[in-house]
Amino acid sequence: MATQQSRSAARLMMAPAVILLLGWMLVPLTMTLYFSFKRYLPLRGGDLGWVGFENYTRFVTSSAFWPSVQATLIIVGGVLAITVVFGVLLALLLDQPMWGQGVVRILVIAPFFVMPTVSALVWKNMFMDPVNGLFAHLWTAFGAAPVEWLSQASLGSIIMIVSWQWLPFATLILLTAIQSLDGEQLEAAEMDGAPPLARFGFIILPHLSRAITVVVLIQTIFLLSIFAEIFVTTQGSFGTRTLTYLIFQRVLESQNVGLGSAGGIYAVILANIVAIFLMRIVGKNLDT
Amino acid sequence: MKLRTSLCVASGLAMAAASGAFADGHATTLTIATVNNGDMIRMQGLTEDFTAQNPDIALEWVTLEENVLRQRVTQDIATKGGQFDVMTIGTYEVPIWGAQDWLVSLNDLPAEWDADDILPAIRGGLTVDGELYAAPFYGESSMVMYRTDLMEAAGLEMPDAPTWEFIGQAAEAMTDKDNEIYGICLRGKAGWGENMAFLTAMSNSFGARWFDESWTPQFDSEAWANTLNTYMNLMTNYGPPGASTNGFNENLSLFQQGKCGMWIDATVAASFVTNPDDSTVADSVGFALAPDNGLGKRGNWLWAWSLAIPAGSDATDAAKKFVAWATSKDYTALVAENEGWANVPPGTRTSLYLNPAYTEAASFAEMTLNSINSADPTAPTVDPVPYTGVQFVAIPEFAGIATQVGQEMSAALAGQQTVEEALAKAQAITTDEMEAAGY
Repeated sequence: MATQQSRSAARLMMAPAVILLLGWMLVPLTMTLYFSFKRYLPLRGGDLGWVGFENYTRFVTSSAFWPSVQATLIIVGGVLAITVVFGVLLALLLDQPMWGQGVVRILVIAPFFVMPTVSALVWKNMFMDPVNGLFAHLWTAFGAAPVEWLSQASLGSIIMIVSWQWLPFATLILLTAIQSLDGEQLEAAEMDGAPPLARFGFIILPHLSRAITVVVLIQTIFLLSIFAEIFVTTQGSFGTRTLTYLIFQRVLESQNVGLGSAGGIYAVILANIVAIFLMRIVGKNLDT
Repeated sequence: MKLRTSLCVASGLAMAAASGAFADGHATTLTIATVNNGDMIRMQGLTEDFTAQNPDIALEWVTLEENVLRQRVTQDIATKGGQFDVMTIGTYEVPIWGAQDWLVSLNDLPAEWDADDILPAIRGGLTVDGELYAAPFYGESSMVMYRTDLMEAAGLEMPDAPTWEFIGQAAEAMTDKDNEIYGICLRGKAGWGENMAFLTAMSNSFGARWFDESWTPQFDSEAWANTLNTYMNLMTNYGPPGASTNGFNENLSLFQQGKCGMWIDATVAASFVTNPDDSTVADSVGFALAPDNGLGKRGNWLWAWSLAIPAGSDATDAAKKFVAWATSKDYTALVAENEGWANVPPGTRTSLYLNPAYTEAASFAEMTLNSINSADPTAPTVDPVPYTGVQFVAIPEFAGIATQVGQEMSAALAGQQTVEEALAKAQAITTDEMEAAGY
């Protein structure tokens, strides 16, 4: 039973944290909202007055908007599919007892600690370069013409780079989930004569479903905002301009702060829709 | 003992700090933002000459990569940050910022600086309404660089002023894909300073323009279609593989390795491809003016890295002294004395090209001068336009628009869309952005 005093003391103690958190989140968000209703062109003298929803309509009616939404969805979907499928397989593999397990696990997780800019540069220059890249050497070794990855298979290349970064994350979460699976259940199933595929499909996969949902949820939120990989490799050309990149172009390259802010608000709304949607799925999963 | 040493050190430090403060009381500190090009780095090494002449001025350098520099100084000037006293900017920024009154006029530089000696094309590009807003440090245009040995083997002779038709013939004759020799290397990497600089300059010689006099985008014109079709034809038939990601540096290394028959790019590249330390083809490079179509305009651009003083500077007089020093004839002589004539900053002064010591040391001097003189930023196109700038349109929105348009051109070069699709998208992008900017 908290007294009046202890409750207000608790509020006082919590206040700095809450104020800091609110300031941290609300100030940038409010600024973005404020700018999104203004015609703000730094190179034309700055603030040119209120324009209502003009920035919002202009952002969605521009010819670059729908292709960028499409590119975003393809990248997010592609990376999710690859990381979840290969994450499950890798987790199964790493769960097997083997020699040097600890070292192998660390090596598998390592890509996650490489900074996005660095990994994008490494992929671009050391693997995908059509003249000096490793893939080019492989292709020529087999007598094929080297593929110009970043221009001819641009979206695929970016999906590959981002998947490489996020696969360890998925593997890590799924591995811990598999380890929490009761070994006796599998043993019992095996004694009942269930073949390996059935054991995977009916016991392991249902057990993993919650972990997979978590992976999908967290990754989606981060993947919606990938930027460095695109900035370093294609700079948004060859159909790789995502929503995030489009906003960057509007604000920094076109120097149109109002229009870019409107795009930023759209991105916030989009991310929230995805988040709410996924939260409900997770909630349902957690209930059952 | 220990205490005494530390006391000594402390008092020494205090003295140093005090004398520093004392010196600061006299000296004006100039903060100079500059780009990390070879010529600029060289200038930093030679500033002792300036500080010896002006002991009361201290210099502080902020050296940045081109794109970062552009963002930093743009932000500083747009928000009136007052961080810099001297800025290194190009011919794209000067007309825009000058018209906004963000720069200090340099019309009152001392007479011995000799403004009339500046090449007229460069001076025109840095002047707004009769006020000179920046002093050119070095200038460049673009020209054809070609392999004289391959040209001879093909039985052709490069005229001093070739046409696009001849360039096509020569490219065809020189291409030998089995030996990895490609007739022509051109920029394909997306960016307003990369492929769009080349394509915009090229389009001028085809009679195309970005906007008509009422600021309507012109990508639906036949002239643009001709430009792009010629470019695609050259690059897909006679160009190197992966051309859609080749910029200045990629083409430079291809040419130096002897893989290009011709290369149309910046005149400053001439000193790199003729330098035997870096280039395998140094002794067989010829130069010609950028091609034309007989319409009166050639496909070459004009650029000058220049020093300007932002209106918010609190040390305008000291800054003017520095700008006058760095862009003077004396500075050129100073570089020549220390580093040799071939390394002086080119392309800004008539007197440099009348100097036999320079023209002897630099085989490309004459063609560079002719290229610069044949570009006119105040009347860049065949049909009249409301803007200045040869390979750019001097409006703040251009960098953003042209980068996006460049991406469409690059995608067309990579074979992901046709020329018609690329032009239709370019038209849509430009129309959108111009509306958003309120034209």
